[in-house]
Amino acid sequence: MLYAVMSGFVAAALLPLLHRFLGERSSLIAALVPLALTVWFATCFSRVASGEVLVSQSSWLPEIHLELGFRLDGLSLLFALLISAIGALVIPYTSAYLHGNPRQHQFVSATLMFMASMLGVVLSDNLVLLFIFWELTSFTSYLLIGFDHEKEESRKAALQALLVTGLGGLFLLAGLLLLGTAAGSFSLSEILRADGALAGHADYTLFLGLILVGAFSKSAQTPFHFWLPNAMQAPTPASAYLHSSTMVKAGVYLLARLNPVLGGTEAWIGWLTAVGVLTLLTGALMASAQVYLKRLLAYTTVAALGFMVMLLGIGSARAVQAAVVFLMAHACYKASLFLVAGIITHETGEADVRRLGGLLRFMPVAGACSVVAAVSMAGLPLSFGFVAKELVYASVLDRLLVFIPAVAASLLFVLVAFQVGIKPFLPGSSDSSGTPHEAPPAMLAGPVILGLACLAGGFFPQAFAGALAASAAAAIQGGPVSELDLQAWHGITPESVASALTLMLGIAAVFATGHWVRIGSAMKPLADFGPDRVYLAELKGLNLLAVWQTRVLQSGSLRRYVAIIVLAMVGLFVLSVLRSGELPILNRNTPLTLPSLILGLLIMLGAIGSMIATSRISAVAALGVVGFCVSLIYVLHGAPDLAMTQLVVEALGAVLLVSAFLNLPSFHDRKRWVGRFRDAVVAILGGLAMTLMTLMANDVQLAPSIAHYFAETSVLLGHGRNIVNVILVDFRALDTLGEITVLAIAGASAVALLKLRMAGKRRS
Amino acid sequence: MGSLILRKATRYLFPVIMMFSIYLLLRGHNEPGGGFVGGLAAASAFILNQLAFDVPSTKRLMNVDSLTLIGVGLLTALGSSVFTLLDGQPYFSSHWATIRITSDWHLSIGTPLIFDIGVYLVVLGVTLAILLSISNFRKSP
Repeated sequence: MLYAVMSGFVAAALLPLLHRFLGERSSLIAALVPLALTVWFATCFSRVASGEVLVSQSSWLPEIHLELGFRLDGLSLLFALLISAIGALVIPYTSAYLHGNPRQHQFVSATLMFMASMLGVVLSDNLVLLFIFWELTSFTSYLLIGFDHEKEESRKAALQALLVTGLGGLFLLAGLLLLGTAAGSFSLSEILRADGALAGHADYTLFLGLILVGAFSKSAQTPFHFWLPNAMQAPTPASAYLHSSTMVKAGVYLLARLNPVLGGTEAWIGWLTAVGVLTLLTGALMASAQVYLKRLLAYTTVAALGFMVMLLGIGSARAVQAAVVFLMAHACYKASLFLVAGIITHETGEADVRRLGGLLRFMPVAGACSVVAAVSMAGLPLSFGFVAKELVYASVLDRLLVFIPAVAASLLFVLVAFQVGIKPFLPGSSDSSGTPHEAPPAMLAGPVILGLACLAGGFFPQAFAGALAASAAAAIQGGPVSELDLQAWHGITPESVASALTLMLGIAAVFATGHWVRIGSAMKPLADFGPDRVYLAELKGLNLLAVWQTRVLQSGSLRRYVAIIVLAMVGLFVLSVLRSGELPILNRNTPLTLPSLILGLLIMLGAIGSMIATSRISAVAALGVVGFCVSLIYVLHGAPDLAMTQLVVEALGAVLLVSAFLNLPSFHDRKRWVGRFRDAVVAILGGLAMTLMTLMANDVQLAPSIAHYFAETSVLLGHGRNIVNVILVDFRALDTLGEITVLAIAGASAVALLKLRMAGKRRS
Repeated sequence: MGSLILRKATRYLFPVIMMFSIYLLLRGHNEPGGGFVGGLAAASAFILNQLAFDVPSTKRLMNVDSLTLIGVGLLTALGSSVFTLLDGQPYFSSHWATIRITSDWHLSIGTPLIFDIGVYLVVLGVTLAILLSISNFRKSP
C-alpha cells in the first residue's frame, strides 16, 4: 500500500520530464497511474468485503510515533476507489480542457500529488501520518485553485482555502495528538480496537472539539463553508475532483473513521447534527441566489456535505448506510455535472445559467450525460440519487427537526439539477459567439462513465454498490459487516411519498425560478455579514498587528535593539533568581594571582577609557585593550585556542569598526545627558546581571562533568590531541554545523542589507 | 593608507599569512588551531591586502565571490559525513584512514578534517563578505 500511495508522488515528480519528450500526450500516460490504482483497489475488494483488514507497516520515525502504517478496510476502500477512479477520469479530461496551455503538465502533476495525498489520508493507519497527508491535500489544493496565478481572484481564493483549511489543520493536529495520548497509541487500528473507551476520557470534550473544527473546516461546514464556493476559481477539473468528490469529503472521512471511538455521545450527536443541518440550510439558501454554473454546484456541494455530517451525527445503522450510499451517489453525479459544466463553459465561454440554452443539438453526448446526472441529483426514480435519497429519508423520517431541512435541501437539489444539468440543453438560445462543438472524447469519457454509474446505481443498486457500501458502513460502525439491501424501488412507503412530494415541490420551484432568484438576490446583502466578512476582517487585523509590532520592535535603531536585548536578558535573570528564591551564596575562595589582578585592572581601565573617549577611534583603541587582556586571561588559564581566536577577532573587529565609522553620524550627536544616563543604566544592569550569572555558573553543576570523558577519548576516538578542536569538529560537529550555518546566514544578510542601502542611495 | 611600505610588505606578508592559516587549519587537531582561527587568519590576509590596496584588487585576488565561499564551505561541512549515510551510522560519525609513513610515524586523515575545511571556508567567506561590503559601502556615492 506504501507503493500505491507513493506511486502518485513519483509520477508527479516524473511528469515534467515526460512532458519534455512527449508534450501533452504525457497527461494521458499519467492517467494510467490512477487507472492502475483503481484496478488494484478493485482486486482488493473481495477480501475487504469479507471483513478482512489489509495492513502494511514499515517504520519511519519510531521516536515520534510516526510509522508508515497503512490499513485498508471497507471505508478506506470506498474512498480509495472513488479517489483513484475519478482521478483516472479527470486527468484525461484535463489534457483536453487545458489543451495548448504550456503549464498543463504542472496542473496534472499537482493533481497526481493531490491524489496521492488523498489516498494517504484515507489509507493511513497512523494519526501523525494521516495529518501529514491531510496537510498535503490542503497544499496541493492551494496549487490547483491558484493555477491561474495571474488572476487576483484565483490567488485570493487559493490563499483563503489554504488559510481556512490550514487553520483547521492546526486544530486537528492538536486534537489528534491529544487523542493519541489519551488512547496510548497513535495507530488507528489499535485506537479502534479500544472502542468506546475514549468517550469517558477526561479530555474527551477537548479533543473532540479540536478534531471537529479540523474536520468541519476541511469539509466546508458552516461557518467555514465560505472557502468552497470561492475555490471555484480553480480550473474545472480541480473543482470536479477536489471540491466536489474527494478532498472536501476528507472531513467526512475523518468523522466516519473516528465514529467507533468518538461517536455515540451526546456531544457528538448534538454537534454533528446541528452543524450538519445548519450547513445544509446555508448551502441551500446561498445556492438559490447563484446564477453561475460552478458556484451553484459549489453551494449544493456544501449542502450535500452538511447532509453527510448530519447523517453521521445521527449515527444509527441506517443513517450510516444512508451516508455511505449518498456519498457514492453524490460523487458520481456531482463530478459528472462539474465536468459537463466545464465543457459548457469551455465551448461557449459562458457560465451564467440565465444565458445558456439550446445546446443539445451542438453537444448531444454531453447533454445526455448531463441530463442523467441531473436526474440522479434530483433524485428521480431509477437513478442512483433516488436510491440514496430513499435511504436518507428512511433514516430521518422519525426526526422532524432533521427531516424538514432534509426535504428543503432535496428540493433545492431538484432546482439546481434542473438549472445546471438540464436547462442549458433545453430549446432556447445561448448568447455565445461562434458555434459550440461537441467536446473531444477525452473530455466526454468522464461524464459518460460517471453517467453510466449513476444509471447502474439506479437500476441495479445492490449489485453495483451494495457490498461496498455495506462493508464501508460496517467499518464506520465498528462492527461486523451487516446486511444492506439496496433496491431500485421499494414500493409505496413513507419514504417514497416524501420523495414524490419533494419532487413535485421541486418541479414547482423550477417553474418559479425567476422568483427564486429574486428572493435569493434580495438576501444577498445578508451574505455580506457572513463568515467571509469575518475572514477578511481577521486578515486585516493580522496585517495591522504585524505592522504595529514591526514598528515597535524593529525600529531600525541599533541602540534600541541592544537595549532591548540587554534588558530582556536582565529581566530573564531577575525572573529566574526570583523563582529560585535566593541568590546562591558566592563563597568561592579562588586565590587571586598577581597576573590576573593586573589584567583585571587593565580591563577595567580599558572599559572606562572607552566610555570617556572623545572620538570613536580612541574608544575602539580602549576596547582593544579590553579584548587583548581577555585573550591574555585565556592564555593564563590554559586555553590557547580561545586566546588565538580572540586575538584575530580583535584585529579584524577593529578594521570592521573603523570601516563602519566612516558611515556613521558625528560622534558628538550622542552626548546629550539624558541619553547617556539611560545608556548607563542599561549598561550597569547588564553588567551586573552578567557578573552575577558568571559567578553563579561557576557554582552550579547540573550534570556530572564530561570533561574527563573528552580528555580520555580525544585521542582514541577523535585521533587528535587538541581536545577543543576534536570537540568542535567531531564530538559536537552538529553544533558546529549549526553555528556556521548561523554565521553564513548572518554574513549573507549583512551583504544583502548593505547592497540594498547602496541601491537605495544610488536611486536617490 | 596606501603607503608604499605597507604595499610592499603586503606582497610578502600575504602568502606567509595564507600559509600560516592553512598550517593552523591542518595542525588544529593536535595543537592549538583549527578551521575557525585558520579562516580568520586567512581573512586577515585579504583584509591586509584591502587596506594596502583597495577592494576591487582584493576581489580580483580572491577570484571567487565570498558568498560562493560561504556556500561551498557549508556544503563541504555538511557533505563531509556522507559516508555515514552508506553504512548506517549516526550522521557526523567520523571515519579515519591511517597512512603509515615510517614505523613510528603515521598520518591519520579523517572526515573531521573535511568538516574543518568547511568551517574554514565559511568563516573566511563570512568575514570577507561583511568587511569588504562595508569597506565598499563608503566608496559608493
